[in-house]
Amino acid sequence: MLSKTVAELAGALTRKEVSARELTQAYLDKIHQLNPALNAYVTITTKQALAQADAADSRRAQGNAGPLTGIPIAHKDIFCTRGVLTACGSRMLHNFIAPYDATVVERLEQAGAIMLGKTNMDEFAMGSSNETSWFGPVRNPWDHARVPGGSSGGSAAAVAAGLCAMATGTDTGGSIRQPASFCGLTGLKPTYGRVSRWGMIAFASSLDQAGPLTRSAEDAALMMNAIAGTDLRDSTCLELAFEDFTAQLNQPLAGLRIGLPREHFTKDLNPAVQTILQNAIRTLESLGARFKEVSLPNNYLSVPAYYVIAPAEASANLSRFDGVRFGYRCENPDNLEDLYKRSRGEGFGDEVKRRIMVGTYALSAGYYDAYYIKAQKIRRLIKQDFDLAFNDVDLILGPTSPHTAFKLGEKVSDPVTMYLEDIYTIAVNLAGLPGMSLPAGMLNGLPIGMQLIGPSLSESRLLNVAHQFQMNTDWHSQQPEV
Amino acid sequence: MALNKNDVEKIAHLARLQINDSDIVEVAQRISNILGMIDQMQSVDTSAVSAMAHPFDAGQRLRADQITEINQRDYYQQIAPATQDGLYLVPKVIE
Repeated sequence: MLSKTVAELAGALTRKEVSARELTQAYLDKIHQLNPALNAYVTITTKQALAQADAADSRRAQGNAGPLTGIPIAHKDIFCTRGVLTACGSRMLHNFIAPYDATVVERLEQAGAIMLGKTNMDEFAMGSSNETSWFGPVRNPWDHARVPGGSSGGSAAAVAAGLCAMATGTDTGGSIRQPASFCGLTGLKPTYGRVSRWGMIAFASSLDQAGPLTRSAEDAALMMNAIAGTDLRDSTCLELAFEDFTAQLNQPLAGLRIGLPREHFTKDLNPAVQTILQNAIRTLESLGARFKEVSLPNNYLSVPAYYVIAPAEASANLSRFDGVRFGYRCENPDNLEDLYKRSRGEGFGDEVKRRIMVGTYALSAGYYDAYYIKAQKIRRLIKQDFDLAFNDVDLILGPTSPHTAFKLGEKVSDPVTMYLEDIYTIAVNLAGLPGMSLPAGMLNGLPIGMQLIGPSLSESRLLNVAHQFQMNTDWHSQQPEV
Repeated sequence: MALNKNDVEKIAHLARLQINDSDIVEVAQRISNILGMIDQMQSVDTSAVSAMAHPFDAGQRLRADQITEINQRDYYQQIAPATQDGLYLVPKVIE
């Protein structure tokens, strides 16, 4: 039961094969059994979950249920949850009980989803392996010696291990898509502005987006129906009419034009991953899609530009953590400056401090034009590459990550090597486009994803292609032995 | 661009971050490596390109100038490290 998709569970709830309470209790039991080894959850909200489950059961009894009513979910610990610890993977917020719910959390609750708890993550979402968390690393359910990816590593591990039916993630440079690839899941980063960022602790505000981590594209569409949409509390949230992301799932792919970026299929990509992608391409061809090469010539500049823009925005966003109003405060400060410096020095981990310093440097007098403005110009070049490509094709297919999940400790000592992990995903955030990762194959017992990238607001199309692929393959149904 | 000890101390001060003396050399080395990677940008001619701050070049949406928030000071201060009479307490700033 616990390895079923959201769509399957919704059917079981409707047919009264199981109650939301039974389902919730079963997930909670499994969490208590497996989480000590995986470290996917940092907070488990048992009491609240069971109360929400009872409410969901009465809602179903009243005939007032939606597809997510009674479905257990895990929230990345970056989303504020009223009355529940929201630590964002950081000592800085180790005692932060959020005074309000994020819009995403509120909407999923309104849809009847049951919050099982909060998931581990890289500190302030800064990482690609979940190893920068103050709560310790998360283990990949497919191989406990390997990372689940990051920064939404706890959410990905929880879904993959059957510790929840679906989970929220956030993606600033690949933090939904890369863990989805490493854990064998479907993960969608929506168009910038599609989902409200209100109550989502900010890392890089012009790049951050929330999205689903699920077992299937259909599940991701169901979650998108709940979380997408205008929110007046986030001024960057787009004003759009409601869209049913499940409506196009069954549309045939005949005539679909898919671009293969020359720059993504180079010698830097593991040959076995290339083979897996070629097989996926053949499958999509058999469904009527047509492929052609496209070029994203400035993609190689995406990591450098990102590591100016994201740290610059982070250095401003994280200035609010000062030891005064909430969060960590150092012991016995000598004066106000000492209070600021030690609270921040002791409250933030090494990677967060590094990025704050890189951002501070890039924004400081004398370097602003050379770094920050330069990066913003390159951001435009990267966006223009995509615009040109989408003149010729409907969407783009390529790798999500250069390889399968790597070993814990393997890359953590070299920040630049870790940054290059996101070479295929970062440009999508800089351009504000929707991107998703879905399982495309297995390599030495580990899952590997492929990435689909579309023009702005093409989520329904991406989900359609992913769903059709999943109707004709079973990579998304593979499960780790836990 | 390689940073030295003084550069790191200056940046850490601007960012109000305490960095232990024993860590400064390593921090300088790692940030220098990051800046070295970033410097790939400098080889590209961007003189004819305008800076892009937002994926869709959108501006900020404005709302009507109306009071919408209610006062929740006491509620918000429940999670503060130290308060008194509705004020946040910090070390003495003015002698």
